[in-house]
Amino acid sequence: MTDASMSPDSAAPKSGLATIDARTRKRNAAEKRFRLYGMAAIGVGLLFLVFLFTSILRSGLPAFTQTVLNIEFVLTSEQFDTAESKMMKTGEYQNIFVAALQDQLEASGLEVAFDSKSIERIVGKPGGTIRRFFLENPDRIGTPVSFELAASSRVDGYFNGRVTRDTIVDSRFLMAADLDLVDALHDAGIIHGAFNWNFITGTDSGVDNPGGAGLGASVIGSFFMMLVVLFLSLPIGVAASIYLEEFAPKNRWTDLIEVNISNLAAVPSIVFGILGLAVFIQFAGMPQSAPLVGGLVLTLMTLPTIIISTRASLAAVPPSIRDAALGVGASKMQSVFHHVLPLAMPGILTGTIIGLAQALGETAPLLLIGMVGFVAREYPEGFVSGFTDANSAMPAQIYTWASRADPGFYEKAWGGIIILLLFLITMNAIAVVLRRRFERRW
Amino acid sequence: MPFSWLVLIILAIAAAGYVLGRKRALNSASGDRRNLHSLPSYYGAHAAMWAVVPATAVLLVWMLAQPFFVNARVLASLPDTVVAEGSSIGLVMSDIRRVADGLDEAVRQGAMTRTQAAALDTDTTDVRDVLGGVGVALGSGVSADVLSGAQLYRVLNSTATNLMSSLVVLIALGGAAYGYSKSHADFRARNTVERGILALLIFAASIAILTTIGILFALLFNTIEFFKLYPARDFFFGTNWAPSFSGRGGASDLGVLPLLWGTFYISFIALLVAVPIGLFSAIYLSEYAGPRVRGIAKPLIEILAGIPTIVYGLFALLTVGPLLVSMFGKDTLGWMQGGTAVITAGLVMGIMLIPFVSSLSDDIINAVPQSLRDGSYGLGATQSETIRQVILPAALPGIVGAILLAASRAIGETMIVVLGAGAAARLSMNPFDAMTTITAKIVSQLTGDADFASPEALVAFALGMTLFVLTLGLNIFALYIVRKYREQYD
Repeated sequence: MTDASMSPDSAAPKSGLATIDARTRKRNAAEKRFRLYGMAAIGVGLLFLVFLFTSILRSGLPAFTQTVLNIEFVLTSEQFDTAESKMMKTGEYQNIFVAALQDQLEASGLEVAFDSKSIERIVGKPGGTIRRFFLENPDRIGTPVSFELAASSRVDGYFNGRVTRDTIVDSRFLMAADLDLVDALHDAGIIHGAFNWNFITGTDSGVDNPGGAGLGASVIGSFFMMLVVLFLSLPIGVAASIYLEEFAPKNRWTDLIEVNISNLAAVPSIVFGILGLAVFIQFAGMPQSAPLVGGLVLTLMTLPTIIISTRASLAAVPPSIRDAALGVGASKMQSVFHHVLPLAMPGILTGTIIGLAQALGETAPLLLIGMVGFVAREYPEGFVSGFTDANSAMPAQIYTWASRADPGFYEKAWGGIIILLLFLITMNAIAVVLRRRFERRW
Repeated sequence: MPFSWLVLIILAIAAAGYVLGRKRALNSASGDRRNLHSLPSYYGAHAAMWAVVPATAVLLVWMLAQPFFVNARVLASLPDTVVAEGSSIGLVMSDIRRVADGLDEAVRQGAMTRTQAAALDTDTTDVRDVLGGVGVALGSGVSADVLSGAQLYRVLNSTATNLMSSLVVLIALGGAAYGYSKSHADFRARNTVERGILALLIFAASIAILTTIGILFALLFNTIEFFKLYPARDFFFGTNWAPSFSGRGGASDLGVLPLLWGTFYISFIALLVAVPIGLFSAIYLSEYAGPRVRGIAKPLIEILAGIPTIVYGLFALLTVGPLLVSMFGKDTLGWMQGGTAVITAGLVMGIMLIPFVSSLSDDIINAVPQSLRDGSYGLGATQSETIRQVILPAALPGIVGAILLAASRAIGETMIVVLGAGAAARLSMNPFDAMTTITAKIVSQLTGDADFASPEALVAFALGMTLFVLTLGLNIFALYIVRKYREQYD
């Protein structure tokens, strides 16, 4: 850098590639520092990502397991007859159950004192389930039957570490003393963890039963919403893009449309919720909390995304294709629909899937159209009622769980997020594969 | 006739029109398609288009207009005395609609016949009981006026629907016949059909404008309604936010300033987190990182942008909030009262905005031409000096635009603040306090059980308008800055 012959002062310390002077050292240090800032920024960003995903997985995975109490016993026909003749039929079954439990514990050599009440706190009231089973299957009386009963959410929490011996407060839900019994049952292999299918296929439970809450109904709600979004936003978005990219003359109206689309892309999602509430529900009288309304709102929201990506993939088709089509006598419309559109299709589909993934995770507009106050206890009855009956949607259901008082629901909310993210990852992966396989570089 | 049947009939007429129109054109060209002006399918499409488009247009307009017409007629038939004290005409109308729906349901389930439903009388039957029997619960007993209103409502609606169905089918048939009669070898079917398609395309493109108009109308009308009930001065300059809950009575204080303050404070903290991290990541990725590091780190950071906001909201509420409390809470420093606070929401929102800032800045830095870098290196500048003294000044307008866009995103963000920022509206400087924002209050005012006509619910529309104007203003400002100060390198 500094050449000796250029230096006016020959007495100045000689510096060059071999000897580094103080100023160069300072500059190099500054360089190194700057580079480090950049690496640190990326590191912090990635750290946040890792932190986010570990906390999702750590808190959410327990929602997929459930503590069950597995017990096998024989109900003799005498026992069945006595129980059926009693006034409190289910209570009698419960006593039989407790006795069987006692036997099984003793068989494994564990002595713990317990009563019917503590059993109720651990597995609820098992009598009803047992009675129903034997009434439906009378031929199983007298043969060994194994029952799998879901433990209460507090017991679940005990195994997940949410409830510990130190933090437990005696209540009608679970006493600290019951934990001894739970431990004993666990050691005897009677209580163990199992995969919680109900969480994936079940419907939402009431506010006091986090253990029975499932995401199934809201997945269906989201599915119907996505159907609406797909079947409205894809044709409308593609039609609008074709017009703007291929036909629109340069005039005020076109400018207005373009400005509108770019502005809509930046409008906060909650404003779309207000639009849905005021226009679709209040003005047009559509049903509240219906996937149809949610789908309409999300359609309006995803349209700009789809239009922007569709226009990009239409513009990527080289003009020579259009010229060739026009040259052999196709009309402008034919050249677009027969040649340009099929070539742009992979890009359009990729953009649509990404738009759908965005819409799937969107929550704020759904809050305003009433998807949160609604408890999705039932699956929709049929195809049409899937659109019009009140239902929840995945993100709305997660929000509902997150705002309930019982911390047992928090675990469900995290579990719901895992399922939601799985859907999103799948959709994005499909988009990436589509792009890799079909995208043509011209 | 149910709606879906009507649609199917129109489609069937269109299909018949397609086949017949195509055939007639071919016949007129004596079976040789080379004598036709257009391809045969265009003649069919022409007839089908004539069958579908006018009929659908009439159908839509009728369906929009019918409720207004029926409501007006039913209202006119009601005596003035029907609106009781403490009630409103809207409530009476919704009662009438519910009773009418209940009667429909009863007829559908076979609990009564059509004539019985029309001849129902409050003196001889308890309508509430009858409807309760078919699963339609009514809040109160049904007065004679409401019942007769409901009966009129049903009669009008069924007549109007029948009229509509026959009219629409007639129009579809007429349209198909017209298209059919036009099908002739000399007819320029392709041009006509293509004009129709173009009109459809223009309509699709105009939906963006319709959406904006819809948003503006929804916000504007309800905001005006709100300002009739609540003075605009108190809204814009009030420093207290204390809505009274419905039923409890008392005047509400609905000043927007505490909400604006909370919104800006949280957004500021979010930008404080996102801008340095995002900008430095962008600089590193575009200037220092090799293709391998870039290929891995860039998509990983952009994952943060693809995560739904509800996830960030939960992350703020259940992970970051408790973590911050354990660091600054009453056990250690005593600064923080609870997990939901400005800093919680701001921090998490900042994480969300990192990829937003970084990928926008990355694009802008990459757009700075290589010749500028080469020139700087040629003068002996180090890489960091080049970045600080050449590239960043050149990219500054774009970066400022990106930060403004991120700010607009932060202001409009809902789920993180609903879950992470708390519910108390206050004007405070302490970032460890719980505060609330415009978006969070829109949600809480509209999801509560407040009456839609009350100022407590209508204020949400005024808040929405404020939010809309704010974010729109920021976006336009960002675009303006980028356009005005952008360097042209060509």
